Amino acid sequence: MYRILHREDLTPNTHLLRIDAPAVARKAQAGQFVIVMIDEVGERIPLTIADWDRAEGSITVVFMEVGKTTQKLATLHAGDSLHAFIGPLGKPTEIENVGTVACVAGGFAIAVIMPIARALREAGNRIISIMGFRNKDLVFWEDELMAVSDELIVTTDDGSYGRKGLVTEPLRELLETNKDVKRVIAIGPTVMMKFASRTTEPFGVKTIVSLNPIMVDGTGMCGCCRVEVGGKTRFTCVDGPDFDGHLVDWDLLITRQSIYLDEEKRTLDIWSKQQVGVTGCSII
Amino acid sequence: MTEKIKINLNRVSMPKQEPEVRAHNFNEVAQGYTLEMAMEEAIRCIQCKKRPCVPGCPVDIDIPGFIQAIKDGDMPEAVRIMKDKNALPGICGRVCPQETQCEEVCTLAKKGAPIAIGRLERFVADWERKAPDSAVSRGGGRGGFSLPTGRINSPLPFNKSAGKKGSPEGSPRRVAVVGSGPAGLTAAAELAKMGHQVTLFEALHVPGGVLVYGIPEFRLPKEIVREEVEYVKSLGVDLRLNSVIGKIETVDELLAEGYDAVFLGTGAGLPMFLNCPGENLNGIYSANEFLTRTNLMKSYLFPEYDTPIKRSKRVAVIGGGNVAMDSARCALRLGAEEVYIVYRRSRKELPARLEEVENAEEEGIVFKFLTNPKRFIGNDQGWVTGMECYEMELGEPDESGRRRPIIKTGSEFIIDVDMVIVALGTTPNPLIPSTTDGLETTRRGTVVADEETGKTVKDRVWAGGDVVTGAATVISAMGAAKRAAADIDAYLRGL
Ligand SMILES: Cc1cc2nc3c(=O)[nH]c(=O)nc-3n(C[C@H](O)[C@H](O)[C@H](O)COP(=O)(O)OP(=O)(O)OC[C@H]3O[C@@H](n4cnc5c(N)ncnc54)[C@H](O)[C@@H]3O)c2cc1C
Ligand code: FES
Repeated sequence: MYRILHREDLTPNTHLLRIDAPAVARKAQAGQFVIVMIDEVGERIPLTIADWDRAEGSITVVFMEVGKTTQKLATLHAGDSLHAFIGPLGKPTEIENVGTVACVAGGFAIAVIMPIARALREAGNRIISIMGFRNKDLVFWEDELMAVSDELIVTTDDGSYGRKGLVTEPLRELLETNKDVKRVIAIGPTVMMKFASRTTEPFGVKTIVSLNPIMVDGTGMCGCCRVEVGGKTRFTCVDGPDFDGHLVDWDLLITRQSIYLDEEKRTLDIWSKQQVGVTGCSII
Repeated sequence: MTEKIKINLNRVSMPKQEPEVRAHNFNEVAQGYTLEMAMEEAIRCIQCKKRPCVPGCPVDIDIPGFIQAIKDGDMPEAVRIMKDKNALPGICGRVCPQETQCEEVCTLAKKGAPIAIGRLERFVADWERKAPDSAVSRGGGRGGFSLPTGRINSPLPFNKSAGKKGSPEGSPRRVAVVGSGPAGLTAAAELAKMGHQVTLFEALHVPGGVLVYGIPEFRLPKEIVREEVEYVKSLGVDLRLNSVIGKIETVDELLAEGYDAVFLGTGAGLPMFLNCPGENLNGIYSANEFLTRTNLMKSYLFPEYDTPIKRSKRVAVIGGGNVAMDSARCALRLGAEEVYIVYRRSRKELPARLEEVENAEEEGIVFKFLTNPKRFIGNDQGWVTGMECYEMELGEPDESGRRRPIIKTGSEFIIDVDMVIVALGTTPNPLIPSTTDGLETTRRGTVVADEETGKTVKDRVWAGGDVVTGAATVISAMGAAKRAAADIDAYLRGL
């Protein structure tokens, strides 16, 4: 069992968990992920490592409530335990000094781009970060990301905070005006990574994305996580999760992410009804 | 001997769930002999002088001996004889390919009715499980993985001391066993019984390897595997789940951190695909994914269990081995109306266990022999809707001795399907070789190890099971692990 040491709500539906997992913490590197199972009947889901503390022996993950598993995860608190916690999996992000790097993150992915930005900066890069949110209420970790960046641009879709619009607009402007940007790291929802990659392609700036297909084992055993990159089939869990965004077959990834939409909706409905029942009882 | 032996050629059949019933549930198909049936079958054994079945068994079980004990009604003796050589009869009786081992060479096989050795083996094991208070069980007869392979000439004295803990002379030596499939469990149990301190690392959240993630409940109830794992733990083996070696720790780190030896029993877990167009369409699974979801994650119980699986109507399974049979039969149980096994050779070459081929046929699985896929066809939403195939014909024998399938030109045709399961075989995961200094691998990705001792070219590292042979059998993995454990023990005693 893997104990939750700390829980924090970054926004109403984005949560942070710090988990006791000393062996994983010893090895974790920026860009890697863990597979988490809440209980014996749970799914195995991948979560990117947002931070680690080797001295404390802990791993931090940040997740957004989407389906049943993440909603169930959101009901856990410090002191609760996870059934399984496996990692660190996948290849770490390549950290080298290329000059200036643009780190682009959307939504909860701010948390996972943090250790990458930090490592890239420690390697001597100048970091320009662009973080995008749907609206002002969902903004978090602005100061934290600023602390590892040389410049920071915040956008919201509705303009309620920072610049109005999507992250792709400031990204395009940046590439037009700043020829020193030699690499872009884009992490967030698949559609955002797809359009960030489309944006950078004409500039020929290498763009690294962190893919998030459905996984089961996370160790190369099932092929559920297969994606096509440069026309070749790759297993995200072992060959990635980082890939060259210009070579990824985005539509295939998006299609494969939708395989279980019906099933997910069904369990979520059942779960939601049960939750109503639970609260109902506690009121009585 | 002048007395004429009356030969009875009526093999006693084993009760099974009716095909129409079992096609809709995951309960065990075969229900095992009753005592009467076992006796009746045992009496058929003519106790021939040649005893060809014994060398036919990869672990040299005294088959005529245990059959005689059944005949005599002395079940504790039957258990004792069996467990002297194979303490996993409950698993082996269910999954070994007897028809190409002991039963193939049975004297009565020439007459088309070999003794049902596998069924009798299973009967003995089940009898013991149901009689926990039997003298045999108490007397350490429940020897777990005590499986001396008769093929090694030196019988190991410590094998007899089943359950013995404590260290050999001097301080206990530490051994890391990687992987908890049949090979890893056997090596761990053996080494623990020899008095060594064993840590067993497993990548998944459940121990058992293919026995839990691959072979379905209806063929091998997980309870049987669980009991064996409990037995291994009871020997003092420290089981660490969720530990992917190569990630959480490398083999070199284990060796540097004080393990005196490492045994790799990591299996062949990497699925092969066809590399033909359309293979990444939705609805196309590797057998590993399909079976892992179904068996390990219990998605047949979705939504009670959280992991989903698609339930499709027309399913094609590509391949002809046990993995293909298991996939097809799982698909059927998940509600498919039509399930095809698409195999490029003919029925004769099917590598699967005969009993499972027969079970699949009884359940209504449709075999499309001499057929091989060319490409997959999808709809606008990216879901597979069909599979274009070639007809094949058999040419000259290839290196494997089987006749090579050749494409018949212009024979393309389309099968309508909404799910495809690719069961073409597996190779070892490159994770450990790629993170370990000085481990030699073959072109097929298998780890090079001495056949007799399991020793790899790397100092203090042994390997056995599918990781060395490529996908093979449970019994061969156990045999290899047993031999490696003996060699590791010899090495550790020399330290
Ligand atoms: C569906 C299916 C049906 C089969 N049916 C039969 C049958 O009827 N009869 C028969 O005799 N054989 C059958 N086989 C083959 C048989 O199961 C295998 O030959 C046997 O399990 C091999 O044992 P093993 O211990 O070498 O490997 P495995 O059983 O594969 O076990 C390897 C273990 O190592 C773990 N592992 C891998 N890498 C790491 C790592 N880096 N760190 C930690 N742990 C790791 C894996 O998670 C796994 O648990 C079947 C196989 C399949 C897939
Ligand atoms: S998640 Fe199974 S192979 Fe990647």
